[in-house]
Amino acid sequence: MTEYFLEPASLAKRHRAERRYRLYGQLAIGLALLFLVLIFTSLIARGYGALQQTEMRLDIIFDKDVIGDGGIQADYQKLARNALSEIFPGVKNRKDKRKLYQLLSDGAGYQLGNSVQNDPSIIGARQSIWVLAADDVDMYLKGNVTEGLDESERRLNDRQIAWINALQEMGRLELRFNSRFFTLGDSREPELAGILGAMTGTLFTLLVCFALSFPLGVLAAIYLEEFAPKNWFADLIEININNLAAVPSIVFGLLGLAIFLSLLNMPRSAPLVGGLVLALMTLPTIIIAARAALKSVPPSIRQAALGLGASPMQSVFHHVLPSAMPGILTGAIIGMAQALGETAPLLMIGMVAFIVDIPQSIVDPATALPVQIFIWADSPERAFVEKTAAGILVLLAFLVAMNLSAIILRRRFERRW
Amino acid sequence: MYVTLNPGNRKVVEGVILWILVLSSTIAILTTLGIVASLLFESVRFFKSVPLTDFLFGLEWSPQTAIRSDQVGASGTFGAIPLLAGTALISAIAMMVAGPLGLFAAIYLAEYSSNRMRSLIKPALEILAGIPTVVYGFLAALIVAPFLRSGGEGLGFEVSSESALAAGLVMGVMIIPIVSSLSDDVIRAVPQSLREGSLGLGSTRAEMISKVVLPAAFPGIVSAMLLATSRAIGETMIVVMAAGLAANLTANPLQAVTTVTVQIVTLLTGDQEFDSPKTLAAFALGLLLFLVTLVLNVIALRVVKNFREQYD
Amino acid sequence: MVNPMKDMTTEEHPAPLLHAVAQGVPIKISARGVCVSYGDKQALFDIDLDIPERKVTALIGPSGCGKSTFIRCLNRMNDVIENCHVSGVIDMDGVNILDKKVDAVGLRARVGMVFQKPNPFPKSIYENVAYGPKIHGLASNKKDMDAIVGKSLSRAGLWDEVKDRLHSPGTGLSGGQQQRLCIARAIAVRPQVILMDEPCSALDPIATAKIEELIDELKEKFTIVMVTHSMQQAARVSQATAYFHLGQLVEKGDTKKVFTSPDDERTQAYITGRIG
Ligand SMILES: Nc1ncnc2c1ncn2[C@@H]1O[C@H](COP(=O)(O)OP(=O)(O)O)[C@@H](O)[C@H]1O
Ligand SMILES: [Mg+2]
Repeated sequence: MTEYFLEPASLAKRHRAERRYRLYGQLAIGLALLFLVLIFTSLIARGYGALQQTEMRLDIIFDKDVIGDGGIQADYQKLARNALSEIFPGVKNRKDKRKLYQLLSDGAGYQLGNSVQNDPSIIGARQSIWVLAADDVDMYLKGNVTEGLDESERRLNDRQIAWINALQEMGRLELRFNSRFFTLGDSREPELAGILGAMTGTLFTLLVCFALSFPLGVLAAIYLEEFAPKNWFADLIEININNLAAVPSIVFGLLGLAIFLSLLNMPRSAPLVGGLVLALMTLPTIIIAARAALKSVPPSIRQAALGLGASPMQSVFHHVLPSAMPGILTGAIIGMAQALGETAPLLMIGMVAFIVDIPQSIVDPATALPVQIFIWADSPERAFVEKTAAGILVLLAFLVAMNLSAIILRRRFERRW
Repeated sequence: MYVTLNPGNRKVVEGVILWILVLSSTIAILTTLGIVASLLFESVRFFKSVPLTDFLFGLEWSPQTAIRSDQVGASGTFGAIPLLAGTALISAIAMMVAGPLGLFAAIYLAEYSSNRMRSLIKPALEILAGIPTVVYGFLAALIVAPFLRSGGEGLGFEVSSESALAAGLVMGVMIIPIVSSLSDDVIRAVPQSLREGSLGLGSTRAEMISKVVLPAAFPGIVSAMLLATSRAIGETMIVVMAAGLAANLTANPLQAVTTVTVQIVTLLTGDQEFDSPKTLAAFALGLLLFLVTLVLNVIALRVVKNFREQYD
Repeated sequence: MVNPMKDMTTEEHPAPLLHAVAQGVPIKISARGVCVSYGDKQALFDIDLDIPERKVTALIGPSGCGKSTFIRCLNRMNDVIENCHVSGVIDMDGVNILDKKVDAVGLRARVGMVFQKPNPFPKSIYENVAYGPKIHGLASNKKDMDAIVGKSLSRAGLWDEVKDRLHSPGTGLSGGQQQRLCIARAIAVRPQVILMDEPCSALDPIATAKIEELIDELKEKFTIVMVTHSMQQAARVSQATAYFHLGQLVEKGDTKKVFTSPDDERTQAYITGRIG
């Protein structure tokens, strides 16, 4: 009897194949996890800079000749320009002065104007105030300047760089915590661009989305799981739900555009429409999760309620639904987290406009966090890159918070029947 | 609901509630109908000015310029082939990344890793699919594309800054977990008795996997791949941000191509008159996209269902 | 016969204790001090047992007593279970097969296994039988393989029933046919020992009778160890019997003796139906 299958040589070969298999698996997982780490580190590396913004300390004279009695229309920017000229008295001709003033952000004027509105008594006084520097200065201080480039290709010329260095030596330039990023709406000027408008838009959108998809989803799930007879109609709904869950999100955007905007004449760019569209997208997720949660409630609970003379409807609403609620909520949070990250359908219904004002209601024009990220990523200014990355970090922070709360909810209320 | 009702009233109330439940569950059907109706309605209007055959088989896509001045109502050429080719190219690149990585990861998770490891690794991988696509778009456009471009330059290749490769690679990373999680599920659904049968005959684990487990799980794996492909085809933000606008008909992954979804977004964002063939063309593209992904999904769901029934 | 595992043995262990049935009969496998635990839970306690060559040895006992656990030690199938720990010595042809240096893959090629529930692969009947020979490289061409498949199927008493549909799926056969296909699949690898864990428990009486008949023929060529919960079956087909109770081996010996005059009262109770 030949037993060459026991020969160490051939067995060794087979075991080598075995190790190769295992290695491929480890490599695949290792690579995927490496991508994950790379994504997060590169986002953090690029985004954390947005927490700080370069500001310039100027000795401002609130000159009555320039701003009169402090009206909103007054040229507050001129106050900042004058203060800057005072620091560099040698800069005389108009062209150089223009270059010098480019170091200031347009936001400087707004800041000074606000100071005056808050306290008109400072008119005529002289105060040392930190005002915003231009985004190019900010990028220079953060080390984002391509030194090797020829002067003509740079955003800052040699003189400007010399001024910046001088200001730095005087202690008049500093990176300071950038609270504006969290308190302002969008702006064409990177140093003035904030995320509050987009966050508010997202909040309104998600509120609409939740208010629609949660009740509808739960009711649909209750019907399908508890009451629907096994017939073609239930099958049809089931097939629809499964397929809708895999329809590309942009198609939902087309639906919103054609039906909500064109047919029903709802307002463009409004969180109301965004929420509607996202609700339709989230519905399958919530229905599927809610059905699973209802299914996991043991039949004994239903039988106990029915045995006490409750109607099937009462048994479901009084006993089964409350027991399933943690599971349903978990699913709903996960659905909302998906909706939070959706961008394409919102582009279709016009939530991609440039909107400075913070929206006040669900029918005001608004953008949403992911759309804001898209808009910033599309902007040519170098300084928007860190804003984009920071916006992404904010978005991811919300996602992590939502998913964590879903996990905690599940852990907390997980019942072993 | 805790109000005491006399039996007659209760019947009426419950009847009403039941109807509310039924109506809620029909929303899914209404949504599908809404999608089909809006896409069809606008597409039909589009095909009145642009013949269906020109759309499906035309090799040139330039919605901006008229090529024949006598063409009534048409403002440009609408041949979808370059878009379809671009979509296919990018999706193929994505699947070349996600297919092998996802499948090998799934095999490892299902057959080699301990339960503890698996319960840690699987959710970690799924984070990749939970990251919003706009984030991937940013990474593709601002990190991967410049990296490929300078890398290509170093090797003497001309790489477009909007190359299909950058978009495809990043998209591939995004859909790894779709392949790995679904494949892991179906691989684990293969009965343990088949594994023992194979090992009991003296097979190595690798032989067991490749000759017994994977063939048994094959339908499920195929449908995982189909679902991932459908996801890649319908993906919008990555390609909007990282792929090009020019409709090049090329198979070279280093060049810029455009996709169906990119064109939908381009045609519909910004100011537009709603009835121009340009905007209607977006709906025709949407219909095409919907149909293709629908077919992929239906096949995938059907295959997976049969697979599950086989081992239940 | 070359025995490449020979020099892999690390320790000497006492010569097999010959018990009643083994007198004058060559011993194929002898287990000494085998303990098995699943995590913290010990399932087998210090088992000593000799398996005679080319005979049928039946393992009986109430369910959960560790019969499957023991039989799975004989081809190291317990390796597959994550938290299962096996200690002791199992000697087969002078080699301790529990030694980590012994390759479980090579071992399982000589110690085949048939499971409780028929588990044909979702492939054709032919491919099911050809699977083992293929992975072990037992056939060098299609003709050899056809011969192996044909011979194995005839030995398993299945040839006449399937010879016209070798390429239809194995899962399409009846339960009894599937189990015989699994036996054919096991003998196609030309093992020396065949382990069967309750091979008839999922079958009807007629299919069971066929398998029992088959087992009786197979013992001419193979050493067979079978777990059964049916004492009649043990009495009908086995020559040696071991009775397990709560993880312990309480009775072993010639089947006739175990069934007629058991030494241990627990065995007595079991075979008379007081434990079950
Ligand atoms: N995979 C396992 N994990 C943990 N415990 C197990 C496992 N398999 C068997 N056991 C335990 O080991 C004991 C013996 O089981 P088993 O060998 O299957 O008994 P038998 O085949 O005699 O019915 C039982 O108490 C069983 O619960
Ligand atoms: Mg057992």
